[in-house]
Amino acid sequence: MAPADPTRQGGTTIEVVKPGLVTTVQDQGRQGFYHLGIPPAGAMDQLSFRAANLLLGNEETAAVLECALMGPELRFSAPTRVAVTGAAMTPTVDGEPRSGNTVIEVGAGQTLGFGFATAGARAYVAVEGGIDVPEVLGSRSTYGLGGLGGHEGRALKAGDVLRTGSSVGAGGVADVGRELPESLRMPLGKERELRMIPGLYDYRVVPESLKRFLTETWTVGSEADRVGYRLKGGTPLEFVDREPPFGAGDDPSNITDACYPIGSIQVPSGKEPIILHRDAVSGGGYMMVGTVISADMDVIGQLPPNTKVTFTEVTLDEALQARADRAAHLERLRTAW
Amino acid sequence: MSEIHEVTAPIPGTFYTRESPASDPYVSVGDTIAAGDTVGLIEVMKMFNPVTTEVGGTVVEVVVEAEDAVDVGDVLVRIEAG
Repeated sequence: MAPADPTRQGGTTIEVVKPGLVTTVQDQGRQGFYHLGIPPAGAMDQLSFRAANLLLGNEETAAVLECALMGPELRFSAPTRVAVTGAAMTPTVDGEPRSGNTVIEVGAGQTLGFGFATAGARAYVAVEGGIDVPEVLGSRSTYGLGGLGGHEGRALKAGDVLRTGSSVGAGGVADVGRELPESLRMPLGKERELRMIPGLYDYRVVPESLKRFLTETWTVGSEADRVGYRLKGGTPLEFVDREPPFGAGDDPSNITDACYPIGSIQVPSGKEPIILHRDAVSGGGYMMVGTVISADMDVIGQLPPNTKVTFTEVTLDEALQARADRAAHLERLRTAW
Repeated sequence: MSEIHEVTAPIPGTFYTRESPASDPYVSVGDTIAAGDTVGLIEVMKMFNPVTTEVGGTVVEVVVEAEDAVDVGDVLVRIEAG
């Protein structure tokens, strides 16, 4: 472990030369405000976000940059250690390739860039000390739709200047070359199974139609973003006939407005399912056929467009076991070094 | 012999050959284009992102149909450099 270095006290500036596709400041997210319409936001793949910080020797929830599909170019004012996890986007320093999932150093005046995302959807860039933006409602995460948190409440633009903070962990910044073991990296496949629990409105769907929904392969649409993941290619749902209840619209997929859980799978007009994610709206009038279990939400954050997805029904007990397994994975990350 | 340059998709998404249904395609076979010219758009995350060529020359093939799904690295257009 590197000793505390007095020249490494944060305050390094990071100039955004190119912003990438959508690069945002994210952390663990803000809990407890969804009932007021403010979603958690935060890193879509919480495991890779936390892994980046722990690998680098930051506090586990120091703010990082989440880089979707195409990475930014960032110029550093002082020597800074960095770790990139999540999607396979080869980091480069002044154009020279470096290893992902490894602590690397960017020198004063050097530019950190990224190769194409050859697998996965979001790279997490931890910088020593974290990204220093103000906390809003307990989080530095960007909620773009609400213009809240992060850097000025929005994705980064060319010319923005960020500052590193002082969120270094108790053991200090890690040595250059430290690697994230393969077993602790998020798997990045082109086909994924998502576990879900049916409800609360699955009774609206004809049983054979619901069965078919669970056997078909769906494709991630190009619209998929931090708000929701739209899926295509399956058969439209067939609804049970009814008289619309008071307050619900005429479309058979309409319900009297209800809360939308993060992970809930709504199916507007029965056609293209949308899995709500961390920037979701908190309620509305579409029926939800089920909810993806919390342990599989990180996986969704790493699905680029065109990925094949299937749903598997699980019981609440199986979902809780998966949640415990995820917690154990996090604990292995915390104790890896 | 002249060199064939392949313009590949830098991001996944839906490929568009023209800015709007009423406009002309960005490039057609036989067109002469310059480095930096836009060859199409890739729509992803509700944003339209221009794809540009790093090499100028003559377009010899437009590989992808309009509104096809593309993955990172898919060849979009072939250009005879010159």
